Amino acid sequence: MSGFYAVFRKETANFFVSPIAYAVLTIFLLISGFIFWANVSYMSVISLQAASNPMIGERINITDFVVRPLMQNMGFILLFVMPLITMRVFSEEKKSGCIELLLTYPLTDMAVLAGKFLSVILLLLIILAGTLPMMFLLFGLSQPDPGTIASGYLGLILMGSSFLALGMFISSLTENQIVAAAGSFGAALLFWILGWSSMLTGEHVGAVLKQLAILEHLESFNKGVIALSDLSFFVLFTAFFLFLTLRSLETHRWRG
Amino acid sequence: MIEVENLTKYYGRMAAIRDVNFRVESGEIVGFLGPNAAGKTTTMRILTCFAPASAGNVRILGMDVREDSLKIRRKLGYLPEHVPLYDWMRVQGYLEFVARAKGIPSSERQTEIRRVIEEVGLDQVTHKLIKWLSKGYRQRVGLAQALIGDPPILVLDEPTIGLDPKQIREIRLLIKGFAHNRTVILSTHILPEVSQVCDRVIIINKGSIVAEDSPANLARAHGKSTRCHLVARAPESQFRDTIAGVAGVESVAASGHSVPGEVGLTVETGLGADVRPAMARAVLEHGWDLLELRQQHVTLEDVFIDLVTEESDEESPIGDSVMKEAAS
Repeated sequence: MSGFYAVFRKETANFFVSPIAYAVLTIFLLISGFIFWANVSYMSVISLQAASNPMIGERINITDFVVRPLMQNMGFILLFVMPLITMRVFSEEKKSGCIELLLTYPLTDMAVLAGKFLSVILLLLIILAGTLPMMFLLFGLSQPDPGTIASGYLGLILMGSSFLALGMFISSLTENQIVAAAGSFGAALLFWILGWSSMLTGEHVGAVLKQLAILEHLESFNKGVIALSDLSFFVLFTAFFLFLTLRSLETHRWRG
Repeated sequence: MIEVENLTKYYGRMAAIRDVNFRVESGEIVGFLGPNAAGKTTTMRILTCFAPASAGNVRILGMDVREDSLKIRRKLGYLPEHVPLYDWMRVQGYLEFVARAKGIPSSERQTEIRRVIEEVGLDQVTHKLIKWLSKGYRQRVGLAQALIGDPPILVLDEPTIGLDPKQIREIRLLIKGFAHNRTVILSTHILPEVSQVCDRVIIINKGSIVAEDSPANLARAHGKSTRCHLVARAPESQFRDTIAGVAGVESVAASGHSVPGEVGLTVETGLGADVRPAMARAVLEHGWDLLELRQQHVTLEDVFIDLVTEESDEESPIGDSVMKEAAS
């Protein structure tokens, strides 16, 4: 237990000692902030037009015009920044040789993995927490649906941890951080767009591809629906890549 | 305490070590001596459960490295070759991380860290970033992390490499200091280090052990002849002939003594024969002045060079034969 905490503390400290956490946080908040501003401005323009046309006015609400597009876009930005967080997790230790000491301490592979994973999850939560002020602003201006916001955030957290688990696995395969980042980004993007091709393939293959696509599962969270199938997709996705990472760590003990 | 049997490790088809056998008893300081790429680091990585062996057994405190890796790692302190440390951490913070990772309870953590800091002499730099430490202090931090948790076994891979002579001396004294109640295995290719620090030497070359004994015994057993250094004020050729004529002398050569009027000779005699009295008498009988007469001891360096070069003379490089074996 103290071993897990040691790794967790070290990893978290590393994020905030190095510029990584600040850079990722800044980029993410800057882009989300811009999209938030653009959506709110768009809605105010539409609202002015709606003043003369009550038919449009009935369809305008802040959840559809601001919250949902913002959540969708945040998901897309996460796709870009999550590999930046995970690229160093194992690659750096391998490159510097520190992994030799880490793996000869009396730590279980599980403790190393859990410590590292929870520290990147913490960073994800901090990044998402940084977007909360925008939501509070909306509550001041209007009445957005709190349920949709909550399920949207849950979706982002689940999707973010899937990307993190995937990125950690790829980072455990290489000692080159660029390769780790490019690999994780490519793999995540592939899972993102997998659903697009479902129209082109046969009925059964298409259904499978659609189920594997991350975008497909995130969509329902943004609509305010928490479906067991989407929930379990992300949980299983995360668990699967964490399992692969654990195996990849264990290979040190017998492959060498 | 440590038993190594038929240890073999392949990297691809190249054998880094093959059929290595040795034992280390409790409380010993054992030096692992060998040229670069002899298999020292590979052996140490297997002992510390970092890398697995291709074949053979390693038992530490009666436990197998494959079965009880975690239990063994609790009893081991390891200093890898290039001292990999987290550069962005401060010394105090790093040692706290190590203490936590080694599972030292929080109540004892600070006392343990203070004890280690005092033992290796890090008090001056506890709040510095590891990145800015000099090589000597880095090495000390490396030793400190190995010592945390007071492990009964220490494995040190080239602990003095890249240090200046003063730092080497200091690290050597440190190792001697904390070794009294521990078992220490250290690797090196610096010879004086071994004779000064170690109780026993294992010489490894091209993946196999070529000799194993105390430094003094090794020098005695592997010396092929005894050498004397002789300086006298005498006519050179006559002096040479006289000495060559003394019973027991095998060969005589000029030793490059550069003081005018004085002649220096290096005399080789059979092993164990002491011809010094006879040579002194011969010089005095001729009425020459005997200025210097000294027996040179065979050093570990002679033995080492002897063993390492002998090997390569006798057989084709081991790598080739191993590759053939691995292929068949």
